[in-house]
Amino acid sequence: MEMGAGASGISRGTSAGRVIYLDHSASTPVDVRVLEAMMPFFAEHYGNPSGIHCQARASALALDQARMEVAEVLGCKPKEIIFTSCGTESDNLAIRGAAFAAAQVGKGRHIITSACEHHAVSHTIAQMCEYFGFQQTTVPVDHWGMIDPADVKRAIRPDTVLISIIYASNEVGTIQPLAEVGEIAREYGILLHTDAVQAGGYLDLNVDRLQVDLLSLSGHKFYAPKGSGMLFVREGVALLPQQTGGGHEGGRRAGTENVPYIVGLAKALKLAQEMRATENERLAQLRDRLIQGVQTAIPNAQLTGHPDRRLPHHTSFVIPGVKANALLMHLDLAGICAASGSACNTGASEPSDILLAMGIPPQLALGALRLTLGRSTTAEDIDTVLAVLPAIVDRLGALRPA
Amino acid sequence: MANRGIVVVAMSGGVDSSVAATLLVEQGYTVIGVMLRLWAVCSSEGNRCCTPDSLAAARQVAAQLNIPFYVLDYREAFRHIVVDYFVSTYAAGRTPNPCIICNERVRFGLLLNEALVLGAQYLATGHYARIHRTETGEYRLMRGKDLTKDQSYVLHRLNQWQLQHVLFPLGDWLKSDVRRIALQRGLVVHNRAESQDLCFVGENGDYRAFIAQYAPQLVHPGPLLDTGGTLLGQHQGLAFYTVGQRKGLGVTRAQRTYVVRLDTVRNAVIVGNAEELGRDELFARAVHYISGQVPASPLRVTARIRYKSPDVPATLTCLEGNRAHIKFDRPLRDITPGQAVVFYQGDVVLGGGFIE
Repeated sequence: MEMGAGASGISRGTSAGRVIYLDHSASTPVDVRVLEAMMPFFAEHYGNPSGIHCQARASALALDQARMEVAEVLGCKPKEIIFTSCGTESDNLAIRGAAFAAAQVGKGRHIITSACEHHAVSHTIAQMCEYFGFQQTTVPVDHWGMIDPADVKRAIRPDTVLISIIYASNEVGTIQPLAEVGEIAREYGILLHTDAVQAGGYLDLNVDRLQVDLLSLSGHKFYAPKGSGMLFVREGVALLPQQTGGGHEGGRRAGTENVPYIVGLAKALKLAQEMRATENERLAQLRDRLIQGVQTAIPNAQLTGHPDRRLPHHTSFVIPGVKANALLMHLDLAGICAASGSACNTGASEPSDILLAMGIPPQLALGALRLTLGRSTTAEDIDTVLAVLPAIVDRLGALRPA
Repeated sequence: MANRGIVVVAMSGGVDSSVAATLLVEQGYTVIGVMLRLWAVCSSEGNRCCTPDSLAAARQVAAQLNIPFYVLDYREAFRHIVVDYFVSTYAAGRTPNPCIICNERVRFGLLLNEALVLGAQYLATGHYARIHRTETGEYRLMRGKDLTKDQSYVLHRLNQWQLQHVLFPLGDWLKSDVRRIALQRGLVVHNRAESQDLCFVGENGDYRAFIAQYAPQLVHPGPLLDTGGTLLGQHQGLAFYTVGQRKGLGVTRAQRTYVVRLDTVRNAVIVGNAEELGRDELFARAVHYISGQVPASPLRVTARIRYKSPDVPATLTCLEGNRAHIKFDRPLRDITPGQAVVFYQGDVVLGGGFIE
């Protein structure tokens, strides 16, 4: 992606004067086609969809359209879609909404989750345990960051009301055997939620094949704007609203619908799914080129996450003797945007819980590097990174902590 | 514009470091801004540095200057190096100066090292002090031009290697100039307050509350005695008292009463009259000379025994084991163990040590 130094404000770019953006798991640029689809709904069709006049009708029509488009991708009914403001809101609404509703009718207060969840899930469940009398069982992950569905099955208790398992890990890219968990959840009649935020643009989202009851997505991970999200809630699932007020979104999420962003999310999801087959193949090739290149140039760099069952755009490593933040700074000065793990934890110098759960020693986990590819990424970009990264790692070896 | 090299600037979001960065950009350096996150409690109430406000201010200035900007997490190092020293020095009955240690070991230690690894030739800060390279290649540390803002006292432990890689862009400017430059260049921070000393201590600068909270195990009440050994009352813990302190002693005597000594062996605070406080000599430990050479002594100098106290003419005698003896031309009331004594000749900093 081209960014002028002036516009980015703060970058010197690569030696070719270009910024290489490899942080698509943190956020993606808004696709121009998405932006075009959104534009009429700011100043032209601005009515509140709840009204009865022509302006309201235009908004309501767009909202219906967006809901149908999203439902088509997920293979569900339009009314099973709730639009939200972000992935975190979707996760909160799914977990709190479903667990509170189930507890309300005496079904129990036990939740099963995994050791590789995003904080939007793990902190939400932790708070419910601390303040609202819930109990959780956390199923472990292996050294690839993969759960074993048999562990989920073993964790089930008579009072289990919800299973929440991430679809694909943001930090290490591992894709979980979600459909197998879905099978088990179905068998025991327990609700299954998945945080599909990272999977959104890349994996099959058909909710029947996955056998999930709740599924969270975030628009800005697939070229829609930040501030757009959605939650699939299977028909018949009781959900206690977490935001009350008007009867928007079937009474499950009050607040005037953010029409332009919803239109954007729907358009972006549709585009992503259309491009999925060809784009995934292209990305996976670049991904493997990057992984092989890093492992060749930096022999002690270790790939984190599963080698094949991983998101097609996702690479992640730990590099011994290197501190992530210093590495990211050096890469930035070389015009390469990278991350260490979850963008939500940047700046902290504690090792990631997920890497620790995978059995990576704390000292090594401090040297995490995540490079996530996107539509703008070219083979040339990968080669530039491979030319720059080893020298930086080498140089950082000189930086000894006091 | 000639490229004069890469320099990392430590930015605090205050006006001084912002103008320092601005001047370097204007002088043709390639500038990288960094902000150190030093203390864990980074709320607007918890401490006075690295608050969200100052972070936003520094980030905005960096954007105005179109330079990269990074926040570096130095919390662990700061706690081990500076805060532990601060607390343990108080607990030992001495009065610490955390800025000196922070400058020596964190800013011009860890950060300087990191800057050089980053590919920079220099680390710059917004301190009011000057560095002069003599014809023989020796680096000299000198007072800032603005004597009311001079910060050479807290920089006196820098060595030749450090000075070679450090820039103080504000050394030749007056504070009033700095504010004017900030205003002229339209820096968003032109009217922000300057950074505070004791940045990690709460909003009101109450170090006693900080110690009580951070190291309650170090707060042992004990006797408060006069110099004759008469018990006058109880003290709250040695860490809460400083030599020369008059307020908050909780004793009623005919004359004005000052802390004259902290006796760690008996865990006692010794108080007395003003004349019992005055001394005209002191010994210093861990004495450092900027030149790297112990000068021939006795040597006539002016010495400063606190950051904000005036220079006093004195005779310096260098001793074995990095110690020194300083004899002042007149008695001083505020000789405080733990504080630094810094030696000057004119505007040149010779070095300094910690008062025994």
